[in-house]
Amino acid sequence: MTAETVTGTLADGISFWPVAIPLGAAAITALLRRRPMLQRGAMESGVLLMLAASVWLLAHVAHGAVATMAFGGWGAPFGVTFVADRLGAALTTVTGIIALAVAIYARAEIRARRRRAGFDPLFLAMLAAVNGAFLTGDIFNLYVWFELMLVAAVGLVTIDRRPAQIDGAIRYAAMSMLGATFILIGIGLLYGETGTLDMASISAALVGREPSVTSSAAAYLLLAGFALKAGLFPFFFWLPASYHTAPITASAALAGLLTKVGFYACLRVFVVVFHAAGEPTVPGLPALFALVAAATMVLCVFAAIAQVDVRRLLAFHIICQVAYMMLGLSLVSLLGITAAIFYMFHSMLVQAGLFLSAGAMGRATGGYDLRRAGGLMRERPLTAALFATLALSLSGTPPLSGFWAKFLVIDAAFRGGAMWLAVTALIVGLLTLYSMSIVWTDAFWRSPRKTAPLTRRVPPAMVGAMALLAACTLGMGLAIEPVSGFARAAAEQMLPRATAAQGASSATATRMRTPMNADRGAP
Amino acid sequence: MSALYAFVAAALFGCGLYMVLSRNVVRLLLGLSLVATAVNLMIFQAGRIRSVQPPLIPSGADRLGESADPLPQALILTAIVIGFALTVMVAALALRSYRDRGTLVNEGPGPAEQLGDPFDGEAGDDR
Repeated sequence: MTAETVTGTLADGISFWPVAIPLGAAAITALLRRRPMLQRGAMESGVLLMLAASVWLLAHVAHGAVATMAFGGWGAPFGVTFVADRLGAALTTVTGIIALAVAIYARAEIRARRRRAGFDPLFLAMLAAVNGAFLTGDIFNLYVWFELMLVAAVGLVTIDRRPAQIDGAIRYAAMSMLGATFILIGIGLLYGETGTLDMASISAALVGREPSVTSSAAAYLLLAGFALKAGLFPFFFWLPASYHTAPITASAALAGLLTKVGFYACLRVFVVVFHAAGEPTVPGLPALFALVAAATMVLCVFAAIAQVDVRRLLAFHIICQVAYMMLGLSLVSLLGITAAIFYMFHSMLVQAGLFLSAGAMGRATGGYDLRRAGGLMRERPLTAALFATLALSLSGTPPLSGFWAKFLVIDAAFRGGAMWLAVTALIVGLLTLYSMSIVWTDAFWRSPRKTAPLTRRVPPAMVGAMALLAACTLGMGLAIEPVSGFARAAAEQMLPRATAAQGASSATATRMRTPMNADRGAP
Repeated sequence: MSALYAFVAAALFGCGLYMVLSRNVVRLLLGLSLVATAVNLMIFQAGRIRSVQPPLIPSGADRLGESADPLPQALILTAIVIGFALTVMVAALALRSYRDRGTLVNEGPGPAEQLGDPFDGEAGDDR
């Protein structure tokens, strides 16, 4: 076999490698259960290969191409397709960066006992599910990836089998299963209405129809399910009750990735399938988005201020940040969706980084309780500087990426005439800064407590992982022009109807539309 | 026929939701299974209940005649498998929780939600 055929074979599956590699690596690490060092090596090489595949995919689609793959040769609207556009490819790349940081951090926190309990296969399976959700073009397939994500995440939360972990995992699993049933009913109704499960084909079938009860019910049920997965008001309570019980390495991966997948599903389904930005096929959605976003934002920032455990405090900030993205989506304009996409890139990196620095803080002071911490600025200046960078980015200080993310969202809100949303977002931004300054004052700035144990060393792997993510947020802030330009291009690619699968399946979709509508369900 | 299916699905869903609200983990689990069953019935109905012919093209013909829609059945099979796996997982968690705490009933905040008093300077963390 020549080099060219090998490259050609690899290139055929370009949109599937970011899923296939971690899945394969998960199987290998599961087999290497009794050899912790080999297992770690396999996990780390799996993560690196996945990152490489994502970057390759991103380079492939960056200029507007769409990489599609139809499994078993069954194209849309019948088969399951993978459709990688700019947004999907960029999100898999961000996932790869977070996975790399978490894998580095795991060297310091995940010891042989947790590896035997299955940390590596669970982590890799979760990565595969996240990438699968970002790349799939089929709405039922999206549901399947959500479920795989849930199973892996519950495994990660309960890895030490402590009572708090079991309790948190039951809440998490039960709420998520309920959310999944909402999503499933929505999918069933959409299938009954349009006769297909391919997102681009559903979108094409809904164009120009009168808004019907079925499609409205489907839209609201899908919103409820995705909002539950994303931790939006009023379904946010499971998140701060479960995320903080996991080991920090796992919490950081959950914090960076899972809620954002829920929001991504909202973005994809409501912008592409239901045309929220064009002539809406379901009335009243943007107003509901705006209400949900504002309520989540205000509630969660106050809840975060009231916390004394730094992990729970950060868990509330995760939700608060998702609300900013929802605000961008609620504007249903090109600017708003651009802002939401940019916010997603920023927030994934920064949330994971903040959880990792909370772990470093816990390692140094022996606990996560803010009331007992102190003195880290003098004792651990590098950890303090990295935490400060990430915290300032979260609260929106220039020149970090958080400033631009908030600027884009609030600017889009002002331009869209949603004055009250913009003002709410500004005030919540200020309160976020206040909340971060509490952490800074308590854990880093004030002199250490006399009763507190001596500050311990922070391993270089922890510092390295935090430094990687802090460098990403600084880099995104400094290179704002190309990154926000890319987010805008990604939004433009989503906005015209049925763009997601334009490369391969739109021809099929148009051809199939008439018979599908005439005699739906009997191909 | 469709109306009957719709009412059965609605009744199952209602019972399931009622049980999900329970403080007892086993009832919660049974409730989730009931809800999943209701959803499966609903998807089945989304494919329209008309013909019972299997969706096979007869030999010699090149088109499919009036037949049942195979896709909802495939979806339901997938959903049953996933639902089964998740139910088993939550059952395992419930068992473990029972062994840890000696009860299946959640009264008040559980171990994952114990916050400590914000004014108590000496409250421990859970490590």
